[in-house]
Amino acid sequence: MRKTWLAYPYTLWMLLFTVIPMGLLIYFSFTTNSGTNTALTWTHFQRFFEPIYLKVLLRSITLAAISTVICLLIGYPAAMILNGSSLKYKNTMITLLVLPMWMNFLLRTYAWLTLLERKGIINSLLVAIGLNRLDLLYNEFAVILGMVYNFIPFMILPIYSVLNKIDRSLIEAAEDLGANPVITFIKVIFPLSLPGVLSGITMVFMPAVTTFVISRLLGGGQITLIGDLIEQQFLLVGDWNFGSAISLVMIVIILITMGFTSKYEREQTGGGLW
Amino acid sequence: MVTRILKRCYIALLFIFLYAPIIVLAIFSFNSSRSRGTWDGFTLKWYYEMFQDRQIMAALYYSLIIGVTSALVATIIGTMAAFGIHNMKPFSKTTVMNITYLPVLNPDIVTGISFMLLFIFLKIRLGFLTLLLSHITFNIPYVILSVLPKIKQLDKSMYEAALDLGATPFYAFRKVILPEIMPGVITGLLLAFTLSFDDFVISFFNTGSGVSNLSILIYSMARRGINPKINALSTFMFISVLTLLIVVNILMSKQQKTKEEKI
Repeated sequence: MRKTWLAYPYTLWMLLFTVIPMGLLIYFSFTTNSGTNTALTWTHFQRFFEPIYLKVLLRSITLAAISTVICLLIGYPAAMILNGSSLKYKNTMITLLVLPMWMNFLLRTYAWLTLLERKGIINSLLVAIGLNRLDLLYNEFAVILGMVYNFIPFMILPIYSVLNKIDRSLIEAAEDLGANPVITFIKVIFPLSLPGVLSGITMVFMPAVTTFVISRLLGGGQITLIGDLIEQQFLLVGDWNFGSAISLVMIVIILITMGFTSKYEREQTGGGLW
Repeated sequence: MVTRILKRCYIALLFIFLYAPIIVLAIFSFNSSRSRGTWDGFTLKWYYEMFQDRQIMAALYYSLIIGVTSALVATIIGTMAAFGIHNMKPFSKTTVMNITYLPVLNPDIVTGISFMLLFIFLKIRLGFLTLLLSHITFNIPYVILSVLPKIKQLDKSMYEAALDLGATPFYAFRKVILPEIMPGVITGLLLAFTLSFDDFVISFFNTGSGVSNLSILIYSMARRGINPKINALSTFMFISVLTLLIVVNILMSKQQKTKEEKI
């Protein structure tokens, strides 16, 4: 029963809609178009290494990294508490955690506008208790907040599912052998949860470093990230060659991140999102 | 005891952080004032205006039709492909699976742009067709990834037994194989629909000539600042999703029960 022909329509489809588009992307990033002549060139990549673009790249990586660290710092304790709670609450808690993700990503980001605006709720509260209005929107703070808000479940869930699988007897053994809770955590729990932490880091960092929606809505166009740069090149400037080159740089960043984390992720753990 | 209270507070704060924006959005969708800082009394005006708004209704229509069509097509192509891939020789299997993972791992923006390059290269005008094609393409891998494990679990001898007992291959497929892989197919279908309905980035680059789905409409409205109609729309969508989830959960637990009773 060798029904491999069943995959032919798919193979053809993916050839047309995945392989060829990627080929086009690579083709555009290495060529220039002057009139009718197309020539191979490195200039788009060289251009990307000019200070203004490098600054954008650096800013994207920094903001995404800060968001990832904040997600980890908030998410790890949360995952531990969830894991420690009684079974009856566990499922409810996890459902509550996943529920906001069912809401449209744009709406979740948009929701913060109402809260952060100059005449928004947080500022109204500040004024009511006699403080000054703050500029909460359209700055790096707002972008980081948006990233943390949107992606923190992706940090908590993998860590939680790894913690959930840790053999209780290992922790008990550590306690029996005289380790205090801190030592037990450092020597036993944390090392065992590392796969979850790594997949959490990947799942937060990757969408954060590639986003252009959060920076546009909450940064108000003041903060350009690498995603915004790509979007501008294609839809505003119309320089597809440069846009394709930046996209390739982005893929390289993603590949480096994945290579970094998958090195430690030999066994298949965590990330059970679906 | 103290640590328990602290833990509870921590989780409570986390949930406040996660839900505050959504709840505020929902409350202000009933606010009769256009400004957000003040509460001017209860109204259903924005809901009424939302349903009257042609743009919003058209976007909802496109989101639904693209979601349903792309999910169905992707499920058919993907399920067939999963069977084919399962029977492939190791080398071609790895190759095809790597291509399958490509759109899953690629950043959405890169996937979106690469589709756009293809459509413009082929001189297909951006619009409904390109939107549909791009959605089908990014949905297929998710269908394959949810059907393939089910096919791996299949007991081949069951199918052969059906053939030995005189079933035609098609009948055997329908009666033996299909019920076994159905959970995977349904998961794939629902996943595909959700992903399509929620997608923004890929749609954003592959649509044109006045065709926009809800995400694109929300984006263009949100860029112009806050609009109470969006608040109404988000509340409406959130409650729809919530209802749908509850219904699916009830149905599934009922199914589970009847299954257990049968056993």
